[in-house]
Amino acid sequence: MARIELKNLAHAYQPNPKDAADYALKPIDHVWQDGLAYALLGPSGCGKTTLLNIISGLLKPSQGQILFDGTDVTTRAPQERNIAQVFQFPVIYDTMSVYNNLAFPLRNRKVAETNIRSRVEEIAEMLDLSADLEKRAANLSADAKQKISLGRGLVRSDVAAILFDEPLTVIDPHLKLLLRRKLKQIHARFKLTMVYVTHDQLEALTFADRVVVMNDGQVLQIGTPQELFETPRHTFVGFFIGSPGMNFLACRVSRGKALVGSAQIALAADYGALEGDFELGIRPEFLKLHATQTLGSLPVKICENENLGSCKIITVQLADQQLKVRLGEEETPPTTAGFLEFPAAWIRLYAKGLLVEPEPRKQPTQEVPP
Amino acid sequence: MNKWNDNKAWFMVIPVFLVVAVSAILPLMTVVNYSLQDIFSPTQRIFVGTEWYRDALTDPRLQEAFGRQMLFSGLVLLIEIPLGILIALMMPKKGWGASLSLVLVALPLLIPWNVIGTIWIIFTRPDIGLFGAAINHLGLVFDHTASPLDAWITVMLMEVWHWTPLVVLLAYAGLQAIPEAYFHAAKIDGASSWATFRYIQLPKLRGVLTIAILLRFMDSFLIYAEPFVLTGGGPGNATTFLSIYLVKIAVGQFDLGPAAAFSIIYFLIILLISWLFYQVLLKAGTGEKS
Amino acid sequence: MSLVLDKICKHVGNERHIDNISLQLEPGTFNVLLGRTLAGKTSLMRLMAGLDRPSSGRLLMKGKDLTGLPVRQRDVAMVYQQFINYPSMTVYKNIASPLKLAKVNKKELDRRVREVAEMLHIENLLDRLPVELSGGQQQRTAIARALVKDAELLLLDEPLVNLDYKLREELRIEMREIFKRRDAIVVYATTEPLEALTLGGNTAVMHAGQLEQFGPTVEVYQNPQSSRIAKAFSDPQINIVPARLVGGQLHIGTAASIPLAQHMHGLADGEYQVGMRANHLRLVQKSDEDLAFAAQVEIAEISGSETYIHLSNAEQSWTVQLPGIHSYPMGAAATIYINPSQLYLFTAQGQLAASTQTAARI
Repeated sequence: MARIELKNLAHAYQPNPKDAADYALKPIDHVWQDGLAYALLGPSGCGKTTLLNIISGLLKPSQGQILFDGTDVTTRAPQERNIAQVFQFPVIYDTMSVYNNLAFPLRNRKVAETNIRSRVEEIAEMLDLSADLEKRAANLSADAKQKISLGRGLVRSDVAAILFDEPLTVIDPHLKLLLRRKLKQIHARFKLTMVYVTHDQLEALTFADRVVVMNDGQVLQIGTPQELFETPRHTFVGFFIGSPGMNFLACRVSRGKALVGSAQIALAADYGALEGDFELGIRPEFLKLHATQTLGSLPVKICENENLGSCKIITVQLADQQLKVRLGEEETPPTTAGFLEFPAAWIRLYAKGLLVEPEPRKQPTQEVPP
Repeated sequence: MNKWNDNKAWFMVIPVFLVVAVSAILPLMTVVNYSLQDIFSPTQRIFVGTEWYRDALTDPRLQEAFGRQMLFSGLVLLIEIPLGILIALMMPKKGWGASLSLVLVALPLLIPWNVIGTIWIIFTRPDIGLFGAAINHLGLVFDHTASPLDAWITVMLMEVWHWTPLVVLLAYAGLQAIPEAYFHAAKIDGASSWATFRYIQLPKLRGVLTIAILLRFMDSFLIYAEPFVLTGGGPGNATTFLSIYLVKIAVGQFDLGPAAAFSIIYFLIILLISWLFYQVLLKAGTGEKS
Repeated sequence: MSLVLDKICKHVGNERHIDNISLQLEPGTFNVLLGRTLAGKTSLMRLMAGLDRPSSGRLLMKGKDLTGLPVRQRDVAMVYQQFINYPSMTVYKNIASPLKLAKVNKKELDRRVREVAEMLHIENLLDRLPVELSGGQQQRTAIARALVKDAELLLLDEPLVNLDYKLREELRIEMREIFKRRDAIVVYATTEPLEALTLGGNTAVMHAGQLEQFGPTVEVYQNPQSSRIAKAFSDPQINIVPARLVGGQLHIGTAASIPLAQHMHGLADGEYQVGMRANHLRLVQKSDEDLAFAAQVEIAEISGSETYIHLSNAEQSWTVQLPGIHSYPMGAAATIYINPSQLYLFTAQGQLAASTQTAARI
């Protein structure tokens, strides 16, 4: 088990990178706590696999250091780092039985055969593989193979961290849930540091204690699922997390109000001192659409009404900008025009894509509306 | 309207049928026909039944040639397959080194068979050949025209030099096709390079090695041109392999009937052994009993 | 003029891939084939395209029997799961290829290629080769090539399944806009209920080679004619619990029995199955009428803006869908609530007996 420190870490695949665009991974400085599950989430090509390979030791970073529990491991090979890794496609030793597969890492480390047996049996029990121990690994299904790959990491008592590279890619959809549950159980039981790479928000948010959202080689935010949803620190995070993503409106902020065209949106008191041009971000879930004018609501045109069964997504127009509003299944929206309410507690302001912290910072206390 | 309009497609297959018929089926039937007759001249033939087959199977010279052939093919497989894998493992995986070594390895495959025999005749000549003369200068007597053992060594060397590259190429392609993740996983599991070879590379090469073994077996079992050019089957009958003996009967003695029966037996032996190899290799490493 | 499938069957060996499907699709409509993997969606599309020939039954287009006509003599375009483009041709030439085959003149060809490229937002990529494109752009090219033909039948077989979810979201909405303005018959296969609902139009639910229900998408969603259809058309899957109706009281699982809700009036006594949509279930009580089931949390799955809580009790497993992001520890005890007015009732055989949208029918 280990705390992972990334110190001014960056990577460029070609030598002598000149500007930011040459970096596959832009410099990051962060400490990942021991025993937590981290998910690296982002679209393909965002640098998450590069970061994972640097942690595992398959790739040597072009600058910076990586420390496990305070020890610099930057130049160490994977086998010298005490990590385990589960790959996108199940990697198993075809000619061996499940038992021998699980025993392999221990045998290579010259562990006594009696200790191997008890350890392998314990892990097999945990992974529901006990009945298959004598079977040939090659003849099992993809999900069982993936469990074997994971098991080869778990049998070792010296593992500092387990890394996952999109491990559910080849698993049948109906088995994914079971494997996700298994992973969470294992994490709860072994309290291992885990790092999980995925492009699927459901997988990342379900698995992780902390989600690391990346785009374009940059780490944009590290936070709990709730933080990412409620307070995205970057407009990309707002867009990427949630379906549909966050609404963003260009606005002018003055005297505690945001102006969108001629419409005035009241801001929370702690944004009082702010002046200038910003982007206003608000989730479709937090907007309220009324048929009649209520205090502070603004007249909008209804452009579209999508019925998605369990909810309705309404596209509305305010001044010349469009927003999406999410309504419950039972709510009936007005047909052509309505009044939109912006609850001040859920409004976020962004400048050049980055969250503008209100002063002094106050956590929203309101519950998520059911 | 119960037929596909695309039934026309069947006409496209006809040329292949014709080619196969002319090139394989008709000659085979002719040979079967000959093997049952005693042929004196194109107009004078006597039906002899299975006599030629009985003769062939009891011919001591044929049995000797068969034993020689089995030994030869066995040695070829024992040397070429491990050597081929070893060379493939040592070759660089990427960069200019990979291309260069591929070209170098493939060179012997580009040379016509009879030219190879000639090259080796000169190469191993005890008087002026680079190899033969060098050996003799070391004080060892080496002459493939006189000593059966030297003749065997020469034919063997030639065969290994000529055909190991094929095994190398197949094994190299097989090795390149193994996903990187396997090697990463093996490193993380702390596997030694022998364990990596034994549990990852070798099992993953099973497919290409099956092909390599079949090809090398069939090809070496049919070997003709190289020893014919180099030793002509001698000294004595030391390098008279099956095909050389067959040609001696058919062309040298013009015994078309016995030669035809011999051909059929030869063909069936290759078919049988290849099938056995295939069955064994198909099941090797899959956990089924072979 | 419409596409008519008349008692179409397709057998391969002893397996029935398509089992007696009759269906009529109108021009200018968007039709979703919804069903799990192996439900027969692709087989049906291949039959519609003419890539396969039905074992029995007829296929009519505009009243003309096309049953035996090979695909190249039909006016049909298809988009696949894999991104299929000509690798050696630029995007422009890829899109133009069907028009070239049809010998459209150069000026017209250029106009149509640019028009459809613009529609799919790839007008600035026309000189690139497919390998230089991202997955989303490759599939846009493939869709453009299918659209440019203006075929009377356009088939899309799970075209978005291999894309990242954000791209999928984006393209779904674009596709809906694009197909709004066309006269072709569009058929779109998917396994995802949400995709069917986003795309709108009509939905045909398929299961094991059979057509289970066909109608406007929202209507099929709200009134699934059987528990099987309700299962196929729900994500997360609808919760089905056995129940018994005795003298006007409905006994569901171990929960207390309740008087019949309004939409169930008139049902006969007997065995039933109760269907509860995941998004109708709650973990907080809202009214005194609410039904309550005790259960344990197995795992809480968090999508971007919703949480799916999987629970189980002695009788079965449950899925509850809550808006927003919530964390529930594994193994925690919880009570599941639902308002009786939101229950679906199916007969013991699985036929719809009552849904919130319709009065009882049996």
